[in-house]
Amino acid sequence: MYVNNYPKEGKFERYGGQFVPEVLMSALEELDSAYTTFRDDPEFRRELDVYLRDFAGRPTPLFFARQLSRKLGVKVYLKREDLVHGGAHKLNNTLGQALLAKRMNKERVIAETGAGQHGVATAIAAVAFGLKPEIYMGVEDMERQRLNVFRMKLLGAKVHPVKSGSKTLKDAINEALRDWVTNVKTTYYLLGSVVGPHPYPMIVRDFQRIIGKETKKQILEKEGRLPDALIACVGGGSNAIGMFYDFLDDGVSMYGIEAGGEGVETGRHASPLVAGGEGVLHGALSYVLQDGYGQISTTHSISAGLDYPGVGPEHSFLKIKKRVKYDCITDDEALDAFKLLTETEGIMPALESAHAVAYACKLAEAEKMSKDQIIVINLSGRGDKDVMIVAEKTGLKI
Amino acid sequence: MRIADKFQELSEKGALIVYLMAGDPSPGLTKNIVKALEEGGADMIELGLPFSDPIADGPTIQAASERALKAGMNPDDYFGIIKEIREDADIPLICLTYYNLVLHRGIGRFMRDCVESGINGIIIPDLPIEEARQTISEANKNDVDFIPLIAPTSTEDRMRVISSAAHGFIYLVSLLGVTGARKELSVAVKDMVDKVRRAAKREVPIAVGFGLSSPGHVRDVIRAGADGAIVGSALVDIIAQNKDNEEKMLREIRDFVAQLKEGTIID
Repeated sequence: MYVNNYPKEGKFERYGGQFVPEVLMSALEELDSAYTTFRDDPEFRRELDVYLRDFAGRPTPLFFARQLSRKLGVKVYLKREDLVHGGAHKLNNTLGQALLAKRMNKERVIAETGAGQHGVATAIAAVAFGLKPEIYMGVEDMERQRLNVFRMKLLGAKVHPVKSGSKTLKDAINEALRDWVTNVKTTYYLLGSVVGPHPYPMIVRDFQRIIGKETKKQILEKEGRLPDALIACVGGGSNAIGMFYDFLDDGVSMYGIEAGGEGVETGRHASPLVAGGEGVLHGALSYVLQDGYGQISTTHSISAGLDYPGVGPEHSFLKIKKRVKYDCITDDEALDAFKLLTETEGIMPALESAHAVAYACKLAEAEKMSKDQIIVINLSGRGDKDVMIVAEKTGLKI
Repeated sequence: MRIADKFQELSEKGALIVYLMAGDPSPGLTKNIVKALEEGGADMIELGLPFSDPIADGPTIQAASERALKAGMNPDDYFGIIKEIREDADIPLICLTYYNLVLHRGIGRFMRDCVESGINGIIIPDLPIEEARQTISEANKNDVDFIPLIAPTSTEDRMRVISSAAHGFIYLVSLLGVTGARKELSVAVKDMVDKVRRAAKREVPIAVGFGLSSPGHVRDVIRAGADGAIVGSALVDIIAQNKDNEEKMLREIRDFVAQLKEGTIID
């Protein structure tokens, strides 16, 4: 009832669609038909599965976090997407799409990146399949994620600094779209989240579904039952939809956690589902943060990967269906959770994933969960890239 | 004057359609710039309503959007300025903006504001025909011409569907890419114009835009069989270069438009 394997006319009820310049319409149709052909092609699946297993390191473990569980009084499992090659769930999608690009005979791939994780994952997948990657990244993000910029360059990617607008992810997508409009015949646009025009939200979701599929199998093996709650952070929403999708019809509670920044009441945040309204951004109708005229707002989050005024249309659909509860966590709460997980379990989460960890702590208390109940947190990425930010925010010098 | 009447009045001559970002460099100047465009010989004027994320625009018009937004331009003031311009201008005025501003205001309300302020047509570059049903019906209801875009990548089927929804004219994008002045035009303009003409089941004028920056380009486009030529970024450049000297800005605009206009007259 909540599952849309092939969204009709590219929409999840009213959300989604294709709000793009006419130049791109034929490219989206070409992509849609190529994907429809290859998604069920055994040869394509086999090649992708080999890469997911032997290159990306799948399946990733479902780890029982003993210390954290004791502390919170509830069983906490971590889906270890931080262990995927490259350091985040992003590679699940980039391997799939890079293989698709190759099958479509497109040599040049472009991508946008916020925190740099999708840029790095794109560059890795491009090397794996012999493609030429070019990455658009806002200069503000380049500054706060210097390490990832360097990793991309080491991997042979060309990084284009984006100086327009707010100089973050939103503007990197604008610039990637402009590139695609110009080079549409030779170029594959490898979008990194479940945003953008149809068929991207569907394609990216499908390549990320493996997270939830594995989790379901693993939790049944370990606990003999499904979890009580799933928690994932939401920027564009790819790790969350990947975790949620295969549980949608199972009656498991789900929580999508946006970036609350300095607090929703301050206006300095990135929580479109919690505090935004409907609008069209980057080719889709979905929840967005905008002013009274429909101008897109600038956002704020400590986490570059969540610092985006829009969200995937399928999340908007799940919100109005009340299937997933969307809430937010502030910068400070995320920092505390980063430290908590590091100290209790010896796992440094990405600041993005730390939002989900922080929410688990809140949820366990608010719902008075018992020690037999099970929470699964999607630990979407590892925190190495964020240690400089953590040091700066806590007043430490490295 | 309606867009169709203007094409009729020009008869065999091509139409010069020029673009201006409303509120650039400041809302107070827009009316004077429109006047200069008209005096220079423009046949129709597209007035951009700036959006925060203009994905179909190159650096020139992006910068103009940022200037206009910074100067406080918004839809309320936009329609106010159009009303003022209308007080003493009969030239067809066309609104060019992105879909979220239309959607947010309410599609019906936006079209009513258009017609009440004196806008004759509307162009929304991120609204392809599949998503445009309600917008077209509200535009038609309010007598605002819905001007759709056709691109070099549009299939013949799409051309047919798009042209059947067109009012005023069809905006034919001459190249793959975003807006912005180019040195050379695509050599395939004639082919594209012919293709659109064949695909269209009825008579509807075709105007070519994107990349046109000189009287030579205007001439090439009209010679290629188009009914109109659209020049934007090259004019926006003049405004950007002279934003502190209104007199010089208006003089250069008048002179440049006059030169462009000569390009529309084919012997």
